[in-house]
Order: sequence, then C-alpha cells, then structure tokens
Amino acid sequence: MLNKTRTHFALLFILLALPFAQINAQDWIRTGTNRGAPIRLAAADFKQANPDPQTGPLQTIFDQTLWNDLDNAGIFEMVAKSFYPAGTPGAPADIKLDVWGNPPPNTSMLTFGNLGVSNKKVEVQGWLYDVKNPAAPQILGKQYVEDATTDNARLIAHRFANEIITRLGGVPGAAESKIYFISTRTGHKEVWSMDYDGANQKQLTRLGTVALSPRVSPDGSRVAFSGLTKSPESWQIMMYSLDLGRMVSFPRHGGGNYSPGWSSDGTKLAFSSSMAANGSEIFIADSSGAGARRLTNGKSDISPVFNPRTNAQIAFVSGRTGLPQIYVMDADGSNVQRVTDQGYAVSPAWSPNGLLLAFSWVRNYGPGILGGADIYVMDIASRQIVQLTHDGGRNDFPSWSLDGRHIVFQSNRSGTEQIWSVLADGTHLQQLTHEGRNTQPNWSYR
Amino acid sequence: MNYRNKHWTLILGMMALLMMVSGCKKKPPPPPPPPPKPVTATLSANPSSIMAGQSSTLTWNTEGADDVALDGQKVNVSGSQSVTPAQTTTYHLSAKGAGGTQEATAQVTVMQPTPTPTPAPTPAPTPSDDQVFAQAAQDIYFDFDKADLRPQSQQILAHLAEVIKAHPNWKVQIEGNCDERGSTEYNLALGERRADAARQALVQGGVSADALKTISYGKEKPVCTEANEDCWQRNRHDHFTLMH
Repeated sequence: MLNKTRTHFALLFILLALPFAQINAQDWIRTGTNRGAPIRLAAADFKQANPDPQTGPLQTIFDQTLWNDLDNAGIFEMVAKSFYPAGTPGAPADIKLDVWGNPPPNTSMLTFGNLGVSNKKVEVQGWLYDVKNPAAPQILGKQYVEDATTDNARLIAHRFANEIITRLGGVPGAAESKIYFISTRTGHKEVWSMDYDGANQKQLTRLGTVALSPRVSPDGSRVAFSGLTKSPESWQIMMYSLDLGRMVSFPRHGGGNYSPGWSSDGTKLAFSSSMAANGSEIFIADSSGAGARRLTNGKSDISPVFNPRTNAQIAFVSGRTGLPQIYVMDADGSNVQRVTDQGYAVSPAWSPNGLLLAFSWVRNYGPGILGGADIYVMDIASRQIVQLTHDGGRNDFPSWSLDGRHIVFQSNRSGTEQIWSVLADGTHLQQLTHEGRNTQPNWSYR
Repeated sequence: MNYRNKHWTLILGMMALLMMVSGCKKKPPPPPPPPPKPVTATLSANPSSIMAGQSSTLTWNTEGADDVALDGQKVNVSGSQSVTPAQTTTYHLSAKGAGGTQEATAQVTVMQPTPTPTPAPTPAPTPSDDQVFAQAAQDIYFDFDKADLRPQSQQILAHLAEVIKAHPNWKVQIEGNCDERGSTEYNLALGERRADAARQALVQGGVSADALKTISYGKEKPVCTEANEDCWQRNRHDHFTLMH
C-alpha cells in the first residue's frame, strides 16, 4: 500500500511540474463535483417599483446579495454591469433580447425584475430569461412578499438566486444555507450561526465555558457539539435545538466526549469518547444518544465523519502510529484503512457525493516544525490528492456546501483565526468573519 | 611524526564511522539532519535539610544546553550557589538547548527551631492539605505530540503517589494540556493520553483508581499564549488539582 501511495505521489508530482498542472487539478475537481463550463449570466439591477423611502435601501441590499450569490455559485461567468444597455429593465416588456444577446453584453442568460415597499411589506418580482431563445425566453418568473426588513431583502435575494442556480446548475445551490461555527467574541467559545455569505451572525449557546465542534443535523433542526460542563468539569455531547432556540437534553457519558458527526439520514451520531478509560475511541449511538457502542480501540481516535452518500463508511483521525493520520473504516468498525501516509493529517470532511475527502494536512512535517497546514482534497477511490489552499498559515476544519461546489474552513492567514470560504477548485476565496476568533465551521445540509 | 600518526588514525576512524553510519541507513529518503544533542540537567542540594538560618549549597550540571535558568535567573551551564531559605523551598532548574528542554528540581527542607522558652508551647502549625498537595503535585511536562512520561515526571509521580496514599480522603483531578500548534480536536485526544499516562503511573504507585479523575483540556486552557518554544513547552503539561 505504501508503494502504491508513493506512485500516486510521484504521478501528482509530475502533474504539478507541468505548466498546466493547476488547470488539470481544477478539471479533476470539477469532474468530481459535476461542474460544467460556466454560463454567461447578466444580472441587471432591479427597478424600484415605487417611491417609498424604504424601497431604495432594500433594493440596494437585494441587488448586492443576488449578485454575490450568483457570482459565488461557481457555475456562472458574470457579465460586468458596465456592458449593460442604458436604463433599468423592471419587467419583461422592458427587455430587448438582441441587445442583451449581442456584444457588448453578449450574455446567454439575463435576470431582472423590480422591488417595492408598501404597507411595510417588500414585494419582489424577478425573472430569468434565456436570451438566446427568443421564441420562449422565460425560464423563471417569481414573486415574493415579506415584511420590509433588510434581513428579508437578503432572504428573498437568496431564494431567487437559489432558484436560478438550481435551474441552471442542476442541483440546489448554497445560497439559502447556513454555517455553524465557534466564536470567542463573548469571551467564551460558544456556538454561532451565520448565512453562508457571512451575513446575519448570531450567538446560539450561552454555556459560559467552552463549546467545540458544532455539527448541524441533516434536517437542520439541531446542532450537536462538545461542551464543557461545570463542577465537575467534563466534556459532553450537547444538543441545541434550532427549532426551539434552546438547549435540549442529551445523555451524558463518562470520560471526555468529543467531535459528534451525524449520519446523513439523521439516525446516528458517531463521536469520540474516553468513557472506557482507555484514551479516546470512536463510538456510535442513536441520534437520541442511546445505545452507544465502541467501534475502535486506538487510544487517540477522534473526528469521526460518516460518508453522507452511503453512511456505510466513517472517516476519522487517529494517532495510533504517532502523528495523527486519516483513516477510513466501515460503519461497524471493521476494515480500518489508513489513507494518509505522512505528516500531520486531521479534520476529514466528506464531499456530499461521498467521493472526495477534504482534510487539513501539514504534509511535510519535520522535527519541531509545525507551521503551515493546508486544506487538501483526496479522491477516496484513487487516493489522488489535490492541494486547495497554499501557504496561508494554518488552515483547518474544512466543511463542504451541500452542492459540493464550496468548502468553508478556518485559517489564521489574516493574523487571527477566521472563517473563509473557497470554491472547490480553489478560486473565489473570501473571508466570512472578522470579529473575535472564529473556528470550526460546519456547513448545513440544506 | 607522532602527531601525523594520530592524524591518520583520526581520519581512518572517521571514515570507518561514516561507513558504519551509511551502512545502517539503507533506506532511500535523505538522512535527516543529526538530531540535536539531548539536554540533560541535574540539580542537588547539600545538605537537603537545614535548620532555619543555616545555608545549603545548590549544585547543578547540564549537558547540551545553552540557556540555563535557576528559578528564572539565568545561570552558568553548571555551577553551585549557596542559599539560605527561610522555609522549605523547591528550587527549579530549567535547561534549554537545541535538543529540547529539561527540568530538574531540588528541595531544601527547613526545620524551624523548636521555640525554647515560650511559655505556652503552640503546636507546630501543620500544613493544610492544599499546601501538602501543592508541594507534591508539580506539573509534569511532555515532548511535542507525545504522551510519554519523562524520567523526571516518573519521579514526581512516584512521590505524589505516596502523598496521595497518605490522604485516603483525597480526590485528585489530572488535567492533560497541549500547546497551541496542533488541531483543536486532535489535541483533546492527545490531552486524554497525557492525563491517562499520569493516572496509570499513580495507579502503579498504589493509588486507588477511584481517587483519580482525568480530564483533557486540549489547547483550550493555555497557561501562556506566546508563539515560542518556551510557552509551548509550558503548555504541554499535566496539571493536578485537589478536588474539594
């Protein structure tokens, strides 16, 4: 097995030595996540439907959010607004298809619409047009009404963007998803949530001690995490209900209990526990916490994650041979295989299609040197590896978006630990948090 | 002529050594740089027990260290010093070098003179449990990503086991800690192993397992936050707490 992996490294090295290595690597990731060639898309500013003083500010937020969602989707080539014809189209009657379909815009797709506030409600009408199909250009026509708040302006933009991404990209996008994470900004590590683009950051837990490793349930109703209890202190798996907005009870175990991981059907939780007083080992339990049973006896096994496609495999981290490495086993604990063979490898995260494993790796670890850790992606069948981040401090805790097109992770590249997101091909890197120290992001399943 | 012979012997010797070394390392990866010389440190007090007002001499020796401190004061790599502690004191030697950090301690027990003509002889104050515990339960330190007990730690734990056994009502929490460089979750597992290593040594020393509780703090409760080896070493430790 060592030889085989070495051959792969050699292949990868040759690949990287070629001038087009970067492009090859990106193509490979795209294949893995079903990304086609980008579609040229123009997103006109929405027209103000009435002169209400709230209309202008909400329309600005709506336009920015919609543009960012589409730009970040990873499937569009956005046509710059400077190429658009004069005048803001607010309805289908305002659209001249040939003007949009020919240079300078030369776009394939166009989205446009209008937004207005009346009686404290914001109303949005939005369309998506296939510019190159004059016989039947309309792909989408949508209408939204909500209370007139900035949060709702963003929410409507996310919904409309996700309609467009779903229709043109084949699978629902990440625009309506959430990211759960740990923040120190209250003075303690607590669980927080935010929209996938970094907006709307909210504190969830109020332990006043330490909360770590938040993992949202596949149905989005609960967040499991590891929290430190007070007197006597112990690490326990804890459960926060997003539906109820408060903690709900969860069985306690002896020893330290860490790093919960959901099966994608929501029925099982894997976690690490020292309840058997033999170091930390991987356990599996019902999602109610009942029926915990031990799967490994590795003394320092942690960070179990189910393959979300099959729930038949669990990836985890173990220090059983020295520095931590990534292992994969069947969900009954059998067939344990080590999949990294050097350095310091932690924090495995399966892609939604169950084919790729993202993880954090200090690939070339030397005595006393533990500097840069980067995010890598492994094709689990071939064990081929592609590096996603480059020389940007310590990067850790990758988590995939539901469409497999984005990865969120923590990095200290800005000087403090913050949360960043990136497209799975390494482009569109952006910082999502700025206040306090923010770590261990976990992307919602929907 | 004599000198020349010596010279040749030296060269031949070195060549033989080189061949031996290269003969041992048959594996293809390039040889790692020679490991830095391991750091050793010893510290002793003579006499180790004095009456109040008397002096004791501390003598220390280190190898492979270039930064040696006695109770935080920079001192020569080896030497001696006279001390006159007013009460029982543990002196702490820290030796740092390319090969790591080594610690050594020596205790000078100070006996108070029995108050001779005092009218009402007050009983000698017995130290509280907390004081006895604090004296015996010194932090123990670990190498990077390791949970192996250093020889010094084994001595500390052997002594601590005796003290705990003498106090059957005690319950002791062993707290495993890591430096900031590893990953958050893996450090919790590593801290578990560090706490468990001390627990096992105490149980081997005869302490009842019921008297011990372990917890890992991973890298969540650092004693310092600087990004240098000194601070990292201080954070790679087990701390002991007497639970009330």
